[in-house]
Amino acid sequence: MAAINRDDVAHLAQLAHIEMSDEELESMATELAVIVDAVKSVSEAAGADVPATSHPIPLTNVMREDVVGHVLTVEEALSGAPDAADGRFKVPAILEES
Amino acid sequence: MSASALIRSSAAVMAAKLASGEITSVELVQAHLDRIAEVDGGERGIHAFLHVNAEEALAVAADVDARRAASEELHELAGVPIAIKDLIVTKGQPTTAASKILEGWMSPYDATVIKKIRAARMPMLGKTNLDEFAMGSSTEHSAYGITRNPWDLDRIPGGSGGGSAAAVAAFEAPLALGTDTGGSIRQPGAVTGTVGVKPTYGAVSRYGAIAMASSLDQIGPVSRTVLDAALLQEVIGGHDPLDSTSLTDPSTGLADAARLGNVAGMKIGVVKELHGEGFQAGVENRFNESLDLLREAGAEIVEVSCPNFKYALGAYYLIMPSEASSNLAKFDGVRFGNRTLPTDAPLTIERVMAATRAAGFGDEVKRRIILGTYALSAGYYDAYYGSAQRVRTLVQRDFEAAFAQVDVLISPTTPTTAFKLGEKIDDPLSMYLLDIATIPANLAGIPGLTLPGGLADEDGLPVGIQLLAPAREDARVYRVGAVLESLLETKWGGPILDQAPALASTADEATAKIAAEEAN
Amino acid sequence: MSNETILSFEEALEKYDPVLGFEVHVELNTKTKMFSSAPNVFGDEPNSNVNEVCLGLPGVLPVVNKKAVESSILIGLALNCKIAPHSTFARKQYFYPDTPKNFQTSQYDDPICYDGWIDIELEDGTVFHVEIERAHMEEDAGKLTHMGGATGRIQGADYSLVDYNRSGVPLVEIVTKTIEGAGSRAPELAKAYVAAIREIVKNLGVSDAKMERGNVRCDANVSLRPYGQEKFGTRTETKNVNSLRAVENAVKFEIQRHAAVLDSGVLITQETRHWHEDTKSTTSGRPKSDADDYRYFPEPDLVPIVTSAAWVEELRATLPEPPAERRKRLQADWGYTDMEFRDVVNAGLMDEIEETVTAGATAAAARKWWMGEIARRAKLADVDPAALGVSPAVVVEIEKLIASGAINDKLARKVLDGVLEGEGTPTEVVAKRGLAVVSDDGALQSAIDEALAAQPDVAEKIRGGKVQAVGAIVGGVMKVTRGQADAARVRELILKTLGVEG
Ligand SMILES: [Mg+2]
Ligand SMILES: [Zn+2]
Repeated sequence: MAAINRDDVAHLAQLAHIEMSDEELESMATELAVIVDAVKSVSEAAGADVPATSHPIPLTNVMREDVVGHVLTVEEALSGAPDAADGRFKVPAILEES
Repeated sequence: MSASALIRSSAAVMAAKLASGEITSVELVQAHLDRIAEVDGGERGIHAFLHVNAEEALAVAADVDARRAASEELHELAGVPIAIKDLIVTKGQPTTAASKILEGWMSPYDATVIKKIRAARMPMLGKTNLDEFAMGSSTEHSAYGITRNPWDLDRIPGGSGGGSAAAVAAFEAPLALGTDTGGSIRQPGAVTGTVGVKPTYGAVSRYGAIAMASSLDQIGPVSRTVLDAALLQEVIGGHDPLDSTSLTDPSTGLADAARLGNVAGMKIGVVKELHGEGFQAGVENRFNESLDLLREAGAEIVEVSCPNFKYALGAYYLIMPSEASSNLAKFDGVRFGNRTLPTDAPLTIERVMAATRAAGFGDEVKRRIILGTYALSAGYYDAYYGSAQRVRTLVQRDFEAAFAQVDVLISPTTPTTAFKLGEKIDDPLSMYLLDIATIPANLAGIPGLTLPGGLADEDGLPVGIQLLAPAREDARVYRVGAVLESLLETKWGGPILDQAPALASTADEATAKIAAEEAN
Repeated sequence: MSNETILSFEEALEKYDPVLGFEVHVELNTKTKMFSSAPNVFGDEPNSNVNEVCLGLPGVLPVVNKKAVESSILIGLALNCKIAPHSTFARKQYFYPDTPKNFQTSQYDDPICYDGWIDIELEDGTVFHVEIERAHMEEDAGKLTHMGGATGRIQGADYSLVDYNRSGVPLVEIVTKTIEGAGSRAPELAKAYVAAIREIVKNLGVSDAKMERGNVRCDANVSLRPYGQEKFGTRTETKNVNSLRAVENAVKFEIQRHAAVLDSGVLITQETRHWHEDTKSTTSGRPKSDADDYRYFPEPDLVPIVTSAAWVEELRATLPEPPAERRKRLQADWGYTDMEFRDVVNAGLMDEIEETVTAGATAAAARKWWMGEIARRAKLADVDPAALGVSPAVVVEIEKLIASGAINDKLARKVLDGVLEGEGTPTEVVAKRGLAVVSDDGALQSAIDEALAAQPDVAEKIRGGKVQAVGAIVGGVMKVTRGQADAARVRELILKTLGVEG
């Protein structure tokens, strides 16, 4: 398992959409390296023959009937939005001006 | 009964007094609101609450009193107030998850447990403090300030549910709701001398609890007595069609189990890996005392080994951040919450999201999101997330083997008593170690209860005793917990909280602070 | 206009062998969404069909729609897929404002349907065997409208508005294996494949299948390799092409574009492309920073779907006749020529003709009316023939009135006018408008006498043996009776009056 460095953190921060300063990237890299080192034994603990557990209590086929339930009003839907216009959520431009 | 004596009663006693007409719910709620005003504010206040819901709580209380006067049949806990961890969404009160990103956010819907609280007509006193998004073990990671431990104001109340535990320990509320992903109900319970239960995964609906790690999260009761916790789990538990992982088991028989009053013939297993080395001597002493009491009460104490528990912490710190990194992706400043614009151009949505999340999340949240993003990223999934899920199977097998030999397992809840505020804030790893004894239950989905086991010799601070039972056997932890609680209280001559120092009033200081803010 | 250099299609095909692959997203027509009980309705006021789950508000959890699972299994069965006994959901993570949770709940390792096939018949009867890799369940995203800027496109927009009504609508994504050997038929195959999928899901009743509404959307993968080379070239994926013609054109354009790029010695960039109907070309898609790493992991909020053999067989028993088989059966039953039948299919009138025949008309009559008068009027009104307002029952009734001699073809068209103007059934229109054929010989005889008197020279010619001149007199009689006479009977009576053998 490779050590985690500043560039790794920068890439991860980009995937996670969190803006980080250079200092933050540095300190995060140091902290994560320690944590990753502490948890690395996990990868050797269980053999490939051990199945993964995704759900602590195994259930199957939990489904609902196709029946319409409650709906928010447009006002309720938009009530927490930082910005809205015309009954819709307003977001800044998706692409950079080119 | 004086108001100060009233608020020190158990919820069950309060309920009985309400039922008999000795007190009204309005009186009871007002007594708690007065206590909150007395001890929660100011620089040296407990600061368990992020929001106090006085008006609605009193209205619900008045309604309960009116219904009772009209001889309407009411729920046993109707009129008994409760505090809600601010990770659970509520209509009519802000829900912040102790994060700046949600400051002022009002949910347009109620969590399922809140619907059940409302149906039982329990007045909600307000929303309690926590580590931001429940990420932490000390409530120091709240964006809205720390919560203090009523036993020692310079110490942590545990976390993430330090607000709920401190509120109950400081008699600001008889009951509270918590959430437990790796110990966030039980660890604060242990360090504040209160009771807390993480129910079986799926026994209580997660709908409306802001998710940290979906496969680990569970809502549960926080209280001062085992019976009170049982009564509350019966209110909030049961099947919920809105939660696909919700069990269909009814949430009944828990209070009955707590009232059973015997452990004779029960086999209780001491988990070799969950005490001894790394555990504070005073914690170990109180733990051994509890074992002696249970033995005297007729239980058989045996030692069991769970060899894979040594991987549990590591697995937890891979699964939890992985799921959290995904669950917290929705906090992007588009549909709800706060938006922060980048300070420079271009103002694209990607950059606005990144600036929003940078400004809105605290360091611990960012740390876990980045760690989780790493564990799930291409090329690392198998080594990290995949391996951790396999360790989960090993931990479950350890529990299965142990429960083949014994009815319940017992351990100290935490390796140490409450540490000083600020002591571990810069050392995430040592903070994570506090959850060493509570995490296995979350990985396996089994129920776990903490109750006060006395005070550590070296610092006079509360020690927690943890009981664990097989999945869907929540009744067992209540049965054994209630017996141990009564044996210990007999020994102490009363509840452990009787030994907690009296809290000085911070009301004047708090009022002055509010006045100063208003003047500004 | 596109500034891309492209090769002619012929030249591209001369040099390169195209390899195709398709991902078709089908929106299911369930009443509610995939993971929430909010209504699945098209075209309502923005953000009026959402609840907290569709908006991904803090604290919400998904619950699977059973009907959507069953619809997915039906699609799988219709595509000859295996149905997974154990199937799970996964989260696909990427940030985009139309995706409320910033992950899409989809399936990854264990799709509900896998390993299927479908035979695609091109117009000339050539059949391509297309293998299906998988068909999995997932949820649709919301709808972005780009504001500001000149074009309404994402490029140059000042801001965007998001409507989450579509967020969470159930989707089935059908993924083919790579398709080799299509050669110059590649664009046609692309169109025919999507048409076949659309027809299947419509026939199953699981989707409204309207491409113009985005119910069926195709991502077309194209790569080229030199003939004889085994290794595939680098592919591009043209996203969300939403008409059959566009699918055909997009594949054709990408083949031509790739060929030009390869010819110039440059490597193809693996990327998504966008199809533009106005310029009939593709442009490079937005660079998606997450595209290389979706960080899939099992959805912890949902539990596995386990399909028993009994459940699958119960669903299989409800499968309608496959469209291709139905077409063969109907053509044989109706006795249409290949060309007649293809015209009917292309006009989209197979269902209407089938209903009309079932209701009692002959296959020939049904075709005559639907492909003739009704299609003509529909074209004038710019609507689908099926939407014109003529029901199969009307066609049957008109045809009966003609057969009984009550009206003739010319009157029948007037009857149709009446029906379309809401005057009632054909029989009612005949009565109201007085359109019945004049069959009273007495009334006809006076009209004939009048006509003969008006054209004595013609009458003389007929008497003299020029029987073919009778047409002029018939025309005169029809004029007097305003067309409401049975022309054959009129001819008979004229000849009788003039004492001539017919
Ligand atoms: Mg795709
Ligand atoms: Zn898809």
